[in-house]
Amino acid sequence: MSIRERMSGNEAIATAMRQINPDVFAMFPITPSTEIPQYFAQYVADGKVDTEFICVESEHSSLSACLGAEAAGARAVTATSSAGLSYMNEVLYVAASLRLPVVLAVACRALTGPININHDYSDSMAERDSGFIQLYGENNQEVYDNYLMAHRIAEHPDVRLPLMICEDGFITSHALENIELEEDDKVKAFVGEYHPENYLLKKENPLAVGPYGVSGYYMEARVAQAYAMKNAKKVILDVAKDFEKTFGRSYGFFEEYKMDDAEIAMVIMGSSAGTAKACVDELRKDGIKAGLIKVRVFRPFPGEEIAKALSNCKAVAIMDKSEGFSACGGPLFAEVSGACINMDKRPKMVDIVYGLGGRDFTVDAARSVYDRLGSIVETGEVGEVYTHMGQRE
Amino acid sequence: MVGEMIIMSDMVEVRWHGRGGQGAKTASQLLADAAFMSGKFVQSFPEYGPERSGAPITAYNRISDERCPIHSNIYEPNYVVVVDETLLESVDVAAGLKDGGALIVNSSKSPDEVRKEVKNYDGRVCTIDARKISLDCLGAYFPNTPMLAAVVAVSSIIDRETFLKDMEESYRHKFAKKPQVVEGNLKCLRIAMDEVKG
Repeated sequence: MSIRERMSGNEAIATAMRQINPDVFAMFPITPSTEIPQYFAQYVADGKVDTEFICVESEHSSLSACLGAEAAGARAVTATSSAGLSYMNEVLYVAASLRLPVVLAVACRALTGPININHDYSDSMAERDSGFIQLYGENNQEVYDNYLMAHRIAEHPDVRLPLMICEDGFITSHALENIELEEDDKVKAFVGEYHPENYLLKKENPLAVGPYGVSGYYMEARVAQAYAMKNAKKVILDVAKDFEKTFGRSYGFFEEYKMDDAEIAMVIMGSSAGTAKACVDELRKDGIKAGLIKVRVFRPFPGEEIAKALSNCKAVAIMDKSEGFSACGGPLFAEVSGACINMDKRPKMVDIVYGLGGRDFTVDAARSVYDRLGSIVETGEVGEVYTHMGQRE
Repeated sequence: MVGEMIIMSDMVEVRWHGRGGQGAKTASQLLADAAFMSGKFVQSFPEYGPERSGAPITAYNRISDERCPIHSNIYEPNYVVVVDETLLESVDVAAGLKDGGALIVNSSKSPDEVRKEVKNYDGRVCTIDARKISLDCLGAYFPNTPMLAAVVAVSSIIDRETFLKDMEESYRHKFAKKPQVVEGNLKCLRIAMDEVKG
């Protein structure tokens, strides 16, 4: 039986970690993810976990400590946000290329500057090429569920890649909401134990981890890593299927909300998707065929699947909650529009950068996006492709 | 998760105004807890500006029978709770307050006196002397408990007896190591529910 509870996204993540009882948690605090190690420290103090809880001196070190543990065959986790994730940057690439399946919780927060503690995806999007798998959740429930699936995806022999669990800073991390938790023993049975085939200290087959890759070998390693990311797609769906069978909640690469006959649609991520769904419901009452795609898996990017899901739409707005400074659109737009390039039939597309540094996204704001899509359909004119929304002029 | 979302017309939205350190965020969490215990879907979330002790802060609640998918701030609340009445001078506390709702202020003054101090608002005002009740029942100034009781009494989000029974259980759990404070807190809730004016 699921347990009816109420808690914040941070507590939900800490709860999932407690239930999984990882071997190592190396931590360094940063707003708004700090509560995750804070809750976990209490579990350690109360003897609810037997995790080695290591307080280190920086995020570079917290992820490095996780790498050491993973290389030794342990299951290691950590959490961070914003500048902390940026400070991990070098080590993120090392974790991915060493194929060490660390699970990293990120309470997504704006990057400086100006300095800002609130939510957007500047931090996680800046690491989209690091080789980490990235799963995004709309609310505390999805973040918790993603976490329960994380280790099985990351540690799968066909994948062996580190994974980020992304929640919206403050909006999800600090909002108390209802949640269905699963029982500890059922979570443990679902996640399973971690027994890697090879690790540093295995005496039958000792390993060198992190050697120099000369030009004669480097490319093979990178291509193998690229294939691992491709393999992750199947594993993500397989684990989701088993999750649904076990716990009853269903997940894919993305959620399609009222897309069956949608003429205008938004592609959006995280908590804003919920707000936009409320808008879709209102528009549907007025007979407007609006729909929404909420991207859950950003790495690996489900390009073909999204292109197919959008193929019958007439106009689509890609909603970017980070600014990539490419001068032609944000990172989600680059992916989605790129994915549609070879489609015979594809919708008109615009990119809207919104919600930076905690700028609020409301039902009315969502309505203005659908209004704009409606006029694109009516006039056939796309207008400016790359725009910003919600800023004072 | 795929499914039909229904925005319930009976959803109640509450906005809290306080100062950093006074516990408006905690009060909003207590209201969410109480509503959760009565079987509702809840949201409680703070709006963070520059965090410092004494600075005005805002917290929010959504309380409904179905899970609410909206995660924006609340601009048109049914109820506004002002934990610190000195905010009436500097913050537009009644902004967007819906007709049929109420402004609930921690004050020893009467509702009519307080209404004169609120800009652009001629709707229902309720007052509660949280300081006096807290000092009488708890021996110290913890405005959260009486303010929580006042908002429950004024809004009827939760049935009175259910609320008091759930809170007693919650306090017995929370204060398992100091059961002597349970009675004071419960008394504080009951008196506040009876004494809220307006």
